[in-house]
Amino acid sequence: MSRLGEWLDQRLGLPALRQLAEHKEVPVHRHSFWYYWGGMTLFLFGVQVATGILLLLYYRASSDEAYESVRFLMTQVEFGWLIRSIHSWSANLMIGAAMIHMFSVFLLKAYRAPREATWLSGMVLLGLSMAFGFSGYLLPWNQLAFFATKVGTDITGAVPVLGPFMKKLLLGGDQITGGTLTRFFGFHVAILPAFATALVALHVYLVQMHGMSVPPSVELAGGPKRKMKFVPNFALRDAVGWLAALGALALLAALFPGSWEPRPIPTRWRRPGSDPSGTFGWMFQTLRMLPSHILGLEGEMVGIVGIGVVATVWAIAPFLDDPQGRGTRARLWTTVG
Amino acid sequence: MKRREFLDWVIGAVGATLGAFVVFPVARYLVPPKLPEAATRRVPAAKKDELAPGSFKIFPFGGHPGILIRTADGQYKALSAECTHLGCTVQYRKADGHIWCACHNGLYDVDGHNISGPPPRPLESFDVHLIGDEVVVEKTKTS
Repeated sequence: MSRLGEWLDQRLGLPALRQLAEHKEVPVHRHSFWYYWGGMTLFLFGVQVATGILLLLYYRASSDEAYESVRFLMTQVEFGWLIRSIHSWSANLMIGAAMIHMFSVFLLKAYRAPREATWLSGMVLLGLSMAFGFSGYLLPWNQLAFFATKVGTDITGAVPVLGPFMKKLLLGGDQITGGTLTRFFGFHVAILPAFATALVALHVYLVQMHGMSVPPSVELAGGPKRKMKFVPNFALRDAVGWLAALGALALLAALFPGSWEPRPIPTRWRRPGSDPSGTFGWMFQTLRMLPSHILGLEGEMVGIVGIGVVATVWAIAPFLDDPQGRGTRARLWTTVG
Repeated sequence: MKRREFLDWVIGAVGATLGAFVVFPVARYLVPPKLPEAATRRVPAAKKDELAPGSFKIFPFGGHPGILIRTADGQYKALSAECTHLGCTVQYRKADGHIWCACHNGLYDVDGHNISGPPPRPLESFDVHLIGDEVVVEKTKTS
Protein backbone atom coordinates (compact mmCIF):
# COMPACT_ATOMS: atom_id res chain seq x y z
CA MET A 1 0.00 0.00 0.00
CA SER A 2 1.21 3.48 -0.73
CA ARG A 3 2.48 5.68 2.08
CA LEU A 4 -0.35 8.13 1.55
CA GLY A 5 -2.84 5.28 1.91
CA GLU A 6 -1.18 4.17 5.16
CA TRP A 7 -1.15 7.73 6.45
CA LEU A 8 -4.89 8.09 5.77
CA ASP A 9 -5.68 4.65 7.23
CA GLN A 10 -4.05 5.52 10.54
CA ARG A 11 -5.91 8.80 10.80
CA LEU A 12 -9.36 7.95 9.44
CA GLY A 13 -9.75 4.39 10.67
CA LEU A 14 -10.38 3.14 7.15
CA PRO A 15 -9.49 -0.53 7.82
CA ALA A 16 -12.57 -0.83 10.08
CA LEU A 17 -14.79 0.57 7.31
CA ARG A 18 -13.15 -1.68 4.74
CA GLN A 19 -13.76 -4.69 6.95
CA LEU A 20 -17.39 -3.68 7.38
CA ALA A 21 -17.82 -3.36 3.62
CA GLU A 22 -16.12 -6.72 3.02
CA HIS A 23 -18.30 -8.51 5.53
CA LYS A 24 -21.62 -7.05 4.42
CA GLU A 25 -23.61 -9.63 2.50
CA VAL A 26 -26.93 -9.64 0.71
CA PRO A 27 -29.10 -12.78 0.72
CA VAL A 28 -29.86 -14.08 -2.76
CA HIS A 29 -33.36 -15.47 -3.40
CA ARG A 30 -36.24 -14.94 -5.80
CA HIS A 31 -37.28 -11.62 -4.16
CA SER A 32 -33.76 -10.09 -4.13
CA PHE A 33 -34.77 -7.73 -6.93
CA TRP A 34 -36.66 -5.58 -4.41
CA TYR A 35 -33.51 -4.92 -2.39
CA TYR A 36 -32.37 -2.40 -5.01
CA TRP A 37 -35.19 0.10 -4.57
CA GLY A 38 -33.99 1.70 -1.34
CA GLY A 39 -30.64 2.42 -2.97
CA MET A 40 -32.45 3.73 -6.03
CA THR A 41 -34.42 6.16 -3.85
CA LEU A 42 -31.18 7.25 -2.18
CA PHE A 43 -29.53 7.83 -5.58
CA LEU A 44 -32.43 10.00 -6.74
CA PHE A 45 -32.28 11.88 -3.43
CA GLY A 46 -28.62 12.56 -4.24
CA VAL A 47 -29.62 13.86 -7.68
CA GLN A 48 -32.12 16.16 -5.94
CA VAL A 49 -29.45 17.51 -3.60
CA ALA A 50 -26.97 18.10 -6.44
CA THR A 51 -29.41 19.76 -8.85
CA GLY A 52 -31.04 21.67 -5.98
CA ILE A 53 -27.70 23.20 -5.02
CA LEU A 54 -27.12 24.14 -8.67
CA LEU A 55 -30.55 25.81 -8.88
CA LEU A 56 -29.73 27.82 -5.76
CA LEU A 57 -26.98 29.60 -7.71
CA TYR A 58 -29.53 31.42 -9.87
CA TYR A 59 -32.81 31.32 -7.93
CA ARG A 60 -33.88 34.44 -6.01
CA ALA A 61 -36.44 33.89 -3.27
CA SER A 62 -38.52 37.05 -3.26
CA SER A 63 -41.92 37.78 -4.71
CA ASP A 64 -40.39 40.48 -6.94
CA GLU A 65 -37.62 38.36 -8.38
CA ALA A 66 -38.52 34.66 -8.08
CA TYR A 67 -40.44 34.39 -11.35
CA GLU A 68 -37.90 36.46 -13.28
CA SER A 69 -34.97 34.47 -11.90
CA VAL A 70 -36.56 31.17 -13.01
CA ARG A 71 -37.33 32.65 -16.43
CA PHE A 72 -33.72 33.81 -16.67
CA LEU A 73 -32.54 30.33 -15.67
CA MET A 74 -34.75 28.71 -18.30
CA THR A 75 -33.93 31.07 -21.17
CA GLN A 76 -30.46 32.54 -20.58
CA VAL A 77 -28.39 30.16 -18.48
CA GLU A 78 -26.75 27.38 -20.46
CA PHE A 79 -28.33 24.04 -19.55
CA GLY A 80 -30.48 25.85 -16.97
CA TRP A 81 -33.58 24.23 -18.45
CA LEU A 82 -31.89 20.84 -18.17
CA ILE A 83 -30.93 21.20 -14.51
CA ARG A 84 -34.41 22.42 -13.56
CA SER A 85 -36.09 19.76 -15.62
CA ILE A 86 -33.97 17.02 -14.04
CA HIS A 87 -34.75 18.39 -10.58
CA SER A 88 -38.47 18.19 -11.34
CA TRP A 89 -38.37 14.74 -12.95
CA SER A 90 -36.05 13.30 -10.34
CA ALA A 91 -38.50 14.46 -7.65
CA ASN A 92 -41.28 12.44 -9.25
CA LEU A 93 -39.09 9.41 -9.88
CA MET A 94 -37.83 9.56 -6.29
CA ILE A 95 -41.38 9.44 -4.91
CA GLY A 96 -42.07 6.57 -7.34
CA ALA A 97 -38.97 4.64 -6.24
CA ALA A 98 -39.83 5.29 -2.58
CA MET A 99 -43.33 3.92 -3.22
CA ILE A 100 -41.97 0.77 -4.86
CA HIS A 101 -39.53 0.41 -1.95
CA MET A 102 -42.35 0.88 0.57
CA PHE A 103 -44.78 -1.56 -1.05
CA SER A 104 -42.11 -4.21 -1.50
CA VAL A 105 -41.08 -3.86 2.15
CA PHE A 106 -44.74 -4.07 3.12
CA LEU A 107 -45.60 -7.07 0.99
CA LEU A 108 -42.42 -8.96 1.90
CA LYS A 109 -43.06 -8.07 5.55
CA ALA A 110 -39.59 -6.65 6.00
CA TYR A 111 -40.98 -4.38 8.75
CA ARG A 112 -41.14 -7.27 11.27
CA ALA A 113 -39.25 -7.11 14.56
CA PRO A 114 -36.62 -5.81 15.06
CA ARG A 115 -37.10 -3.52 12.05
CA GLU A 116 -40.11 -1.46 13.21
CA ALA A 117 -37.98 1.66 13.71
CA THR A 118 -36.59 1.30 10.19
CA TRP A 119 -40.16 1.19 8.82
CA LEU A 120 -41.23 4.20 10.88
CA SER A 121 -38.21 6.28 9.85
CA GLY A 122 -39.05 5.37 6.25
CA MET A 123 -42.63 6.55 6.77
CA VAL A 124 -41.38 9.90 8.10
CA LEU A 125 -38.98 10.16 5.15
CA LEU A 126 -41.89 9.64 2.75
CA GLY A 127 -43.78 12.42 4.55
CA LEU A 128 -40.72 14.67 4.26
CA SER A 129 -40.44 13.88 0.54
CA MET A 130 -44.02 15.02 0.06
CA ALA A 131 -43.31 18.18 2.08
CA PHE A 132 -40.33 18.77 -0.22
CA GLY A 133 -42.61 18.48 -3.24
CA PHE A 134 -45.24 20.76 -1.77
CA SER A 135 -42.80 23.50 -0.66
CA GLY A 136 -40.83 23.32 -3.89
CA TYR A 137 -43.92 23.73 -6.03
CA LEU A 138 -44.47 27.34 -4.95
CA LEU A 139 -40.93 28.52 -5.62
CA PRO A 140 -41.26 29.40 -9.36
CA TRP A 141 -43.98 31.83 -8.21
CA ASN A 142 -46.20 31.36 -11.24
CA GLN A 143 -49.94 30.86 -11.47
CA LEU A 144 -49.87 27.09 -11.32
CA ALA A 145 -47.66 27.26 -8.24
CA PHE A 146 -49.90 29.83 -6.63
CA PHE A 147 -53.13 27.91 -7.02
CA ALA A 148 -51.63 24.54 -6.12
CA THR A 149 -50.34 26.09 -2.91
CA LYS A 150 -53.70 27.74 -2.27
CA VAL A 151 -55.52 24.42 -2.64
CA GLY A 152 -52.89 22.58 -0.60
CA THR A 153 -52.94 25.00 2.31
CA ASP A 154 -56.76 25.11 2.21
CA ILE A 155 -56.77 21.32 2.59
CA THR A 156 -54.41 21.73 5.57
CA GLY A 157 -56.77 24.36 6.98
CA ALA A 158 -59.69 21.89 6.84
CA VAL A 159 -57.96 19.44 9.20
CA PRO A 160 -60.04 19.33 12.41
CA VAL A 161 -58.80 21.25 15.49
CA LEU A 162 -55.20 22.00 14.45
CA GLY A 163 -55.94 22.87 10.80
CA PRO A 164 -56.38 26.65 10.96
CA PHE A 165 -53.27 27.04 13.11
CA MET A 166 -51.18 24.84 10.83
CA LYS A 167 -52.38 26.74 7.79
CA LYS A 168 -51.33 30.03 9.35
CA LEU A 169 -47.98 28.55 10.31
CA LEU A 170 -47.44 27.36 6.72
CA LEU A 171 -48.48 30.59 5.04
CA GLY A 172 -46.89 32.93 7.54
CA GLY A 173 -50.23 34.77 7.66
CA ASP A 174 -53.70 34.36 6.21
CA GLN A 175 -52.83 34.73 2.53
CA ILE A 176 -50.16 33.59 0.11
CA THR A 177 -47.75 36.53 0.09
CA GLY A 178 -44.06 37.19 -0.42
CA GLY A 179 -43.70 36.07 3.20
CA THR A 180 -45.09 32.66 2.27
CA LEU A 181 -42.51 32.36 -0.51
CA THR A 182 -39.68 33.14 1.93
CA ARG A 183 -41.09 30.55 4.35
CA PHE A 184 -41.50 27.82 1.74
CA PHE A 185 -38.00 28.53 0.47
CA GLY A 186 -36.68 28.14 4.01
CA PHE A 187 -38.57 24.85 4.44
CA HIS A 188 -37.39 23.59 1.07
CA VAL A 189 -33.67 24.36 1.27
CA ALA A 190 -32.88 24.39 5.00
CA ILE A 191 -35.38 22.84 7.41
CA LEU A 192 -36.50 19.82 5.37
CA PRO A 193 -32.97 18.96 4.12
CA ALA A 194 -31.67 19.05 7.71
CA PHE A 195 -34.32 16.58 8.91
CA ALA A 196 -34.15 14.46 5.76
CA THR A 197 -30.36 14.10 5.93
CA ALA A 198 -30.47 13.07 9.58
CA LEU A 199 -33.28 10.58 8.94
CA VAL A 200 -31.64 9.11 5.85
CA ALA A 201 -28.52 8.54 7.95
CA LEU A 202 -30.59 6.87 10.67
CA HIS A 203 -32.51 4.77 8.13
CA VAL A 204 -29.35 3.55 6.39
CA TYR A 205 -27.67 2.91 9.74
CA LEU A 206 -30.63 0.78 10.86
CA VAL A 207 -30.60 -1.20 7.61
CA GLN A 208 -26.87 -1.73 8.09
CA MET A 209 -27.25 -2.78 11.72
CA HIS A 210 -30.07 -5.28 11.17
CA GLY A 211 -28.92 -6.53 7.78
CA MET A 212 -31.25 -7.36 4.92
CA SER A 213 -34.58 -8.84 5.89
CA VAL A 214 -35.40 -12.23 4.41
CA PRO A 215 -39.10 -12.64 3.50
CA PRO A 216 -41.10 -15.20 5.56
CA SER A 217 -41.84 -17.29 2.46
CA VAL A 218 -38.11 -17.74 1.80
CA GLU A 219 -37.40 -18.45 5.46
CA LEU A 220 -40.12 -21.10 5.56
CA ALA A 221 -38.57 -22.73 2.54
CA GLY A 222 -35.31 -23.11 4.45
CA GLY A 223 -33.71 -19.69 4.08
CA PRO A 224 -31.70 -18.21 1.22
CA LYS A 225 -29.42 -20.70 -0.51
CA ARG A 226 -26.74 -18.19 -1.38
CA LYS A 227 -25.32 -14.84 -0.31
CA MET A 228 -23.77 -12.10 -2.38
CA LYS A 229 -21.00 -9.78 -1.23
CA PHE A 230 -22.20 -6.20 -0.96
CA VAL A 231 -18.86 -4.94 -2.28
CA PRO A 232 -18.42 -5.25 -5.17
CA ASN A 233 -21.20 -7.57 -6.39
CA PHE A 234 -24.29 -5.85 -5.04
CA ALA A 235 -22.84 -2.32 -5.25
CA LEU A 236 -22.03 -2.78 -8.95
CA ARG A 237 -25.57 -4.01 -9.63
CA ASP A 238 -26.79 -0.95 -7.74
CA ALA A 239 -24.61 1.22 -9.96
CA VAL A 240 -26.12 -0.31 -13.11
CA GLY A 241 -29.58 0.59 -11.83
CA TRP A 242 -28.46 4.14 -11.03
CA LEU A 243 -26.96 4.52 -14.47
CA ALA A 244 -30.26 3.42 -16.00
CA ALA A 245 -32.07 5.93 -13.77
CA LEU A 246 -29.71 8.70 -14.87
CA GLY A 247 -30.37 7.77 -18.49
CA ALA A 248 -34.13 7.79 -17.92
CA LEU A 249 -33.84 11.17 -16.20
CA ALA A 250 -31.85 12.69 -19.05
CA LEU A 251 -34.34 11.32 -21.57
CA LEU A 252 -37.41 12.57 -19.69
CA ALA A 253 -35.82 15.94 -18.93
CA ALA A 254 -34.81 16.49 -22.55
CA LEU A 255 -38.06 15.31 -24.13
CA PHE A 256 -40.48 16.80 -21.61
CA PRO A 257 -38.92 19.88 -20.02
CA GLY A 258 -41.16 21.95 -17.78
CA SER A 259 -43.77 24.15 -19.41
CA TRP A 260 -44.02 27.86 -18.88
CA GLU A 261 -46.64 29.64 -16.81
CA PRO A 262 -47.85 33.24 -16.56
CA ARG A 263 -47.45 35.24 -13.36
CA PRO A 264 -49.71 34.61 -10.38
CA ILE A 265 -52.84 36.75 -10.41
CA PRO A 266 -54.40 36.30 -6.99
CA THR A 267 -57.61 38.13 -7.93
CA ARG A 268 -58.60 35.46 -10.43
CA TRP A 269 -59.70 32.30 -8.74
CA ARG A 270 -59.04 28.86 -10.17
CA ARG A 271 -58.31 28.85 -13.83
CA PRO A 272 -59.27 25.51 -15.38
CA GLY A 273 -56.25 23.27 -15.45
CA SER A 274 -54.68 24.54 -12.26
CA ASP A 275 -55.40 21.35 -10.34
CA PRO A 276 -52.43 20.21 -8.33
CA SER A 277 -50.57 17.55 -10.22
CA GLY A 278 -47.88 15.10 -9.29
CA THR A 279 -47.41 14.20 -5.67
CA PHE A 280 -50.69 15.56 -4.39
CA GLY A 281 -52.96 15.04 -7.36
CA TRP A 282 -54.45 11.88 -5.87
CA MET A 283 -55.43 13.70 -2.69
CA PHE A 284 -57.04 16.55 -4.56
CA GLN A 285 -58.94 14.21 -6.87
CA THR A 286 -60.13 12.06 -3.96
CA LEU A 287 -61.40 15.09 -2.09
CA ARG A 288 -63.14 16.42 -5.18
CA MET A 289 -65.11 13.20 -5.61
CA LEU A 290 -66.61 13.43 -2.13
CA PRO A 291 -70.07 14.98 -1.68
CA SER A 292 -70.23 18.28 0.19
CA HIS A 293 -71.71 16.65 3.29
CA ILE A 294 -71.33 13.14 4.72
CA LEU A 295 -73.46 12.27 7.78
CA GLY A 296 -73.86 15.97 8.56
CA LEU A 297 -70.10 16.62 8.48
CA GLU A 298 -68.26 18.55 5.80
CA GLY A 299 -67.24 16.18 3.02
CA GLU A 300 -63.74 17.57 2.75
CA MET A 301 -63.10 17.13 6.45
CA VAL A 302 -64.33 13.53 6.37
CA GLY A 303 -62.03 12.87 3.42
CA ILE A 304 -59.00 14.35 5.16
CA VAL A 305 -59.65 12.46 8.37
CA GLY A 306 -60.13 9.30 6.30
CA ILE A 307 -56.81 9.76 4.51
CA GLY A 308 -55.17 10.49 7.86
CA VAL A 309 -56.58 7.30 9.41
CA VAL A 310 -55.46 5.15 6.47
CA ALA A 311 -51.96 6.68 6.59
CA THR A 312 -51.72 6.09 10.34
CA VAL A 313 -52.83 2.45 10.08
CA TRP A 314 -50.30 1.97 7.29
CA ALA A 315 -47.52 3.53 9.36
CA ILE A 316 -48.17 1.34 12.41
CA ALA A 317 -48.52 -1.85 10.34
CA PRO A 318 -45.52 -3.52 12.07
CA PHE A 319 -47.36 -3.34 15.39
CA LEU A 320 -50.64 -4.67 13.99
CA ASP A 321 -49.06 -7.61 12.21
CA ASP A 322 -48.30 -10.93 13.84
CA PRO A 323 -44.66 -10.77 15.07
CA GLN A 324 -43.64 -13.70 12.88
CA GLY A 325 -45.42 -12.30 9.86
CA ARG A 326 -47.65 -15.34 9.52
CA GLY A 327 -51.21 -16.24 10.43
CA THR A 328 -54.70 -15.03 9.70
CA ARG A 329 -54.49 -11.73 11.57
CA ALA A 330 -51.86 -10.45 9.19
CA ARG A 331 -53.99 -11.35 6.21
CA LEU A 332 -56.85 -9.24 7.55
CA TRP A 333 -54.65 -6.18 7.94
CA THR A 334 -53.08 -6.68 4.55
CA THR A 335 -56.57 -6.45 3.10
CA VAL A 336 -57.36 -3.33 5.13
CA GLY A 337 -54.08 -1.74 4.05
CA MET B 1 -3.32 -7.30 -23.87
CA LYS B 2 -5.13 -9.67 -21.57
CA ARG B 3 -8.88 -9.84 -21.74
CA ARG B 4 -9.23 -8.53 -18.18
CA GLU B 5 -7.04 -5.52 -18.92
CA PHE B 6 -9.00 -4.82 -22.06
CA LEU B 7 -12.28 -4.93 -20.16
CA ASP B 8 -10.91 -2.64 -17.45
CA TRP B 9 -9.87 -0.23 -20.15
CA VAL B 10 -13.27 -0.33 -21.86
CA ILE B 11 -15.12 0.20 -18.58
CA GLY B 12 -12.82 3.10 -17.73
CA ALA B 13 -13.37 4.73 -21.11
CA VAL B 14 -17.15 4.32 -20.94
CA GLY B 15 -17.13 5.69 -17.37
CA ALA B 16 -15.08 8.70 -18.39
CA THR B 17 -17.39 9.42 -21.32
CA LEU B 18 -20.47 9.21 -19.11
CA GLY B 19 -18.75 11.41 -16.53
CA ALA B 20 -18.02 13.99 -19.20
CA PHE B 21 -21.70 13.99 -20.15
CA VAL B 22 -22.49 15.06 -16.59
CA VAL B 23 -19.55 17.39 -16.02
CA PHE B 24 -19.89 19.34 -19.28
CA PRO B 25 -23.44 20.70 -18.76
CA VAL B 26 -22.73 21.42 -15.09
CA ALA B 27 -19.57 23.34 -15.95
CA ARG B 28 -21.38 25.36 -18.63
CA TYR B 29 -24.22 25.96 -16.18
CA LEU B 30 -21.87 27.36 -13.55
CA VAL B 31 -20.56 30.05 -15.90
CA PRO B 32 -23.01 32.94 -15.62
CA PRO B 33 -24.42 34.05 -18.99
CA LYS B 34 -23.05 37.29 -20.37
CA LEU B 35 -25.68 39.92 -19.81
CA PRO B 36 -26.24 42.47 -22.54
CA GLU B 37 -24.40 45.58 -21.32
CA ALA B 38 -26.88 48.24 -20.41
CA ALA B 39 -26.38 51.03 -22.94
CA THR B 40 -25.38 53.49 -20.25
CA ARG B 41 -23.09 56.03 -21.71
CA ARG B 42 -25.50 58.65 -20.46
CA VAL B 43 -27.79 58.88 -17.45
CA PRO B 44 -29.84 61.62 -15.82
CA ALA B 45 -28.07 61.92 -12.46
CA ALA B 46 -30.14 64.60 -10.71
CA LYS B 47 -32.77 67.30 -11.09
CA LYS B 48 -31.40 70.76 -11.69
CA ASP B 49 -32.42 72.20 -8.29
CA GLU B 50 -31.73 69.01 -6.34
CA LEU B 51 -28.19 69.80 -5.20
CA ALA B 52 -27.35 72.91 -3.19
CA PRO B 53 -23.84 74.35 -3.72
CA GLY B 54 -21.35 72.37 -1.61
CA SER B 55 -23.35 69.11 -1.68
CA PHE B 56 -23.12 65.85 -3.60
CA LYS B 57 -25.03 62.70 -4.45
CA ILE B 58 -24.16 59.15 -5.43
CA PHE B 59 -26.00 57.92 -8.53
CA PRO B 60 -26.04 54.56 -10.32
CA PHE B 61 -24.16 54.61 -13.61
CA GLY B 62 -24.36 51.32 -15.53
CA GLY B 63 -24.06 49.15 -12.46
CA HIS B 64 -21.35 51.26 -10.83
CA PRO B 65 -21.67 54.20 -8.46
CA GLY B 66 -20.97 57.68 -9.75
CA ILE B 67 -20.62 60.84 -7.72
CA LEU B 68 -22.17 64.16 -8.76
CA ILE B 69 -20.76 67.15 -6.91
CA ARG B 70 -21.97 70.73 -6.91
CA THR B 71 -19.03 72.82 -5.75
CA ALA B 72 -19.36 75.85 -3.53
CA ASP B 73 -19.23 78.14 -6.60
CA GLY B 74 -22.14 76.23 -8.22
CA GLN B 75 -20.19 74.13 -10.76
CA TYR B 76 -21.12 70.50 -11.44
CA LYS B 77 -18.50 67.74 -11.40
CA ALA B 78 -19.24 64.12 -12.18
CA LEU B 79 -16.81 61.27 -11.50
CA SER B 80 -16.66 57.61 -10.85
CA ALA B 81 -17.34 57.07 -7.14
CA GLU B 82 -15.27 53.90 -6.97
CA CYS B 83 -12.01 54.54 -5.14
CA THR B 84 -9.13 53.36 -7.31
CA HIS B 85 -7.51 51.72 -4.28
CA LEU B 86 -9.98 48.97 -3.27
CA GLY B 87 -13.26 50.12 -4.74
CA CYS B 88 -15.02 51.70 -1.74
CA THR B 89 -17.53 54.43 -2.57
CA VAL B 90 -16.03 57.88 -2.09
CA GLN B 91 -17.73 61.04 -0.75
CA TYR B 92 -17.35 64.78 -1.11
CA ARG B 93 -16.13 66.83 1.86
CA LYS B 94 -17.52 70.34 1.77
CA ALA B 95 -15.07 71.61 4.42
CA ASP B 96 -11.87 71.20 2.36
CA GLY B 97 -13.48 70.62 -1.04
CA HIS B 98 -11.81 67.23 -1.44
CA ILE B 99 -13.16 63.84 -2.39
CA TRP B 100 -12.46 61.43 0.42
CA CYS B 101 -12.54 57.67 0.69
CA ALA B 102 -13.50 56.62 4.21
CA CYS B 103 -12.08 53.11 3.94
CA HIS B 104 -8.38 53.91 3.95
CA ASN B 105 -8.31 57.72 4.09
CA GLY B 106 -7.61 58.25 0.39
CA LEU B 107 -7.92 61.82 -0.86
CA TYR B 108 -8.67 63.22 -4.33
CA ASP B 109 -9.17 66.77 -5.43
CA VAL B 110 -12.51 67.75 -6.91
CA ASP B 111 -11.29 66.87 -10.43
CA GLY B 112 -10.47 63.35 -9.28
CA HIS B 113 -6.67 63.56 -9.05
CA ASN B 114 -5.30 61.40 -6.27
CA ILE B 115 -3.48 63.69 -3.85
CA SER B 116 -2.80 61.61 -0.75
CA GLY B 117 -3.34 58.21 0.82
CA PRO B 118 -3.26 54.83 -0.91
CA PRO B 119 -5.19 55.49 -4.19
CA PRO B 120 -2.89 54.65 -7.13
CA ARG B 121 -4.80 56.43 -9.92
CA PRO B 122 -7.17 59.37 -10.39
CA LEU B 123 -10.93 58.81 -10.49
CA GLU B 124 -12.48 58.60 -13.95
CA SER B 125 -14.28 61.85 -14.66
CA PHE B 126 -17.43 62.27 -16.74
CA ASP B 127 -18.98 65.07 -18.77
CA VAL B 128 -21.92 66.97 -17.32
CA HIS B 129 -24.72 68.43 -19.44
CA LEU B 130 -27.62 70.55 -18.27
CA ILE B 131 -30.59 69.43 -20.38
CA GLY B 132 -34.00 70.89 -19.52
CA ASP B 133 -34.33 70.54 -15.77
CA GLU B 134 -32.00 67.54 -15.59
CA VAL B 135 -28.32 67.13 -14.90
CA VAL B 136 -27.18 64.49 -17.39
CA VAL B 137 -23.88 62.68 -16.94
CA GLU B 138 -22.11 61.21 -19.95
CA LYS B 139 -18.97 59.11 -20.32
CA THR B 140 -16.18 61.14 -21.84
CA LYS B 141 -15.81 60.21 -25.53
CA THR B 142 -12.25 58.89 -25.22
CA SER B 143 -13.10 56.40 -22.43
